[in-house]
Amino acid sequence: MSDDKKILIVDDDADQREILAIELQSAGYQVLTAEGESAAEDLLMSTRPDLAVVDLMMDNMDSGFVLSHRIKQLYPETPVIILTSVAAETRLEFNIDPDDKQSWIKADAWIDKPVRAEQLCGEIERLLNA
Amino acid sequence: MTETLNVLVCDDEPGMLKGTERALRRHQIELVDLQTTVAFNVVMADSGEKALERIQAERPDILLLDYKLPGISGLEVQEQLAQQGLDILTVMISAYSSLQTVITATKRGAFDFVVKPFTPDELRTTVQRAAHHLLLHRQALRLAEERKQIRFEFIRVLGHELKAPLAAVEGYMRLLEKQALGDQISQYGHIVERSLIRLDGMRKLIYDLLDLTRIESGKKQRDLVSVDVCEAVRMAVETALPEAQERQISIHADIPDELTMHADRGELEIILNNLLSNAVKYNKDEGSVTITVANQGDQVRIDVADTGIGMSPEESARLFNEFVRIKNEKTASILGSGLGLSIVKKLVALYGGTISVASEKDVGTTFTVVLHKEPHAQEATVQAAGA
Repeated sequence: MSDDKKILIVDDDADQREILAIELQSAGYQVLTAEGESAAEDLLMSTRPDLAVVDLMMDNMDSGFVLSHRIKQLYPETPVIILTSVAAETRLEFNIDPDDKQSWIKADAWIDKPVRAEQLCGEIERLLNA
Repeated sequence: MTETLNVLVCDDEPGMLKGTERALRRHQIELVDLQTTVAFNVVMADSGEKALERIQAERPDILLLDYKLPGISGLEVQEQLAQQGLDILTVMISAYSSLQTVITATKRGAFDFVVKPFTPDELRTTVQRAAHHLLLHRQALRLAEERKQIRFEFIRVLGHELKAPLAAVEGYMRLLEKQALGDQISQYGHIVERSLIRLDGMRKLIYDLLDLTRIESGKKQRDLVSVDVCEAVRMAVETALPEAQERQISIHADIPDELTMHADRGELEIILNNLLSNAVKYNKDEGSVTITVANQGDQVRIDVADTGIGMSPEESARLFNEFVRIKNEKTASILGSGLGLSIVKKLVALYGGTISVASEKDVGTTFTVVLHKEPHAQEATVQAAGA
């Protein structure tokens, strides 16, 4: 059922991009990758992904937030999953309610790194079927 | 900078209160070493009880406290302050007859004492000493706090940099485990190669970190001997050559036959290897690297120029900070610990030297290092401690 769903992966680590791409392709998704904010923005101009998986810390501490916000502006229906290790590194906790209209941080799910493919696929499946 | 300190004077003699207020009211002192001008705001209390009240309300920085008071004594006031953990610098005021008490008070934490009767100048001198002590103490606290923050930030970024290669290798291993690319081992060559590259990068980071820590602690064993810089350069070129040849980058050395200086071989090697390795890494395929060594009296000048991707002025300015790796589409695939140039900068300082960079985007970058031929051991220790 996930055959032709397009997933956008944005991560500045080339190996992470490759690993996630292989994992998601073997789960039957079509995968697009981008290495950062600007590459992702270019891609988004021509393509509407069905879901985006975005690393939080790329060029800047908050690149993932900014990009997620942008995706939601362009395609409000596209779910965004943010991958983060910020919680573990800074002991900051995110309590983000995706339905909170006040929150400028638009994301539908957060996954702590390191990410297990099974967990990521589970979240993707859940959000695509929601 | 001007700072106004609140001074609370507690004495039961109205004349003393007035006199103290007059002596300090329009008085300003220059603390040259702290580059601060200090002015005073004087508050008065004629009993220990009132002093405690005013301390709660005004939070004075300095307390001039008479020992002999009608109600609770100066010592009791001091005790209560200590119990509440208030950071107030106390100067005891006393007559000769009760010198013993002042000594007791000093033992309990009073900073100083002034003996009655005193002249306005004597009072001012005592208060100046107190103000100087207080501001120095606060500055030390501030610096300690800043150092703690910098250390925290360093460790946070370090943790991030160490976890990234671990996550990559772990991810690749899981792909192998579930045979995500099929059951032919040949299909996993790329994955194995990438894993090894990331592990290598991680090892390099750990080595760089240890180098940096040794240099910063000043505990690194330095063996200053007579070294031929040109020979060291020839060796560093040899080290950089395999990586350069892979990408058809040529390395030219424009150096005299011999140029000796006093240096630690290991340190010189780290400086040269880092600069040459960067010049190759951030070069274009088929580019070139030129290393020049020049004799400049009591100094040696080393230039490493590349025909690489270059940097904008903003990027150059950030370059020598820890973990700063210039990130853009051209550097995305280049691996590095982000500590190399911080290490070079600290080592160069050990030679009373300088490092500078000139760069133009898409044209190339030149790093220039100037080292003293006879680095003074003493100077080196001081600089390492302050590095």
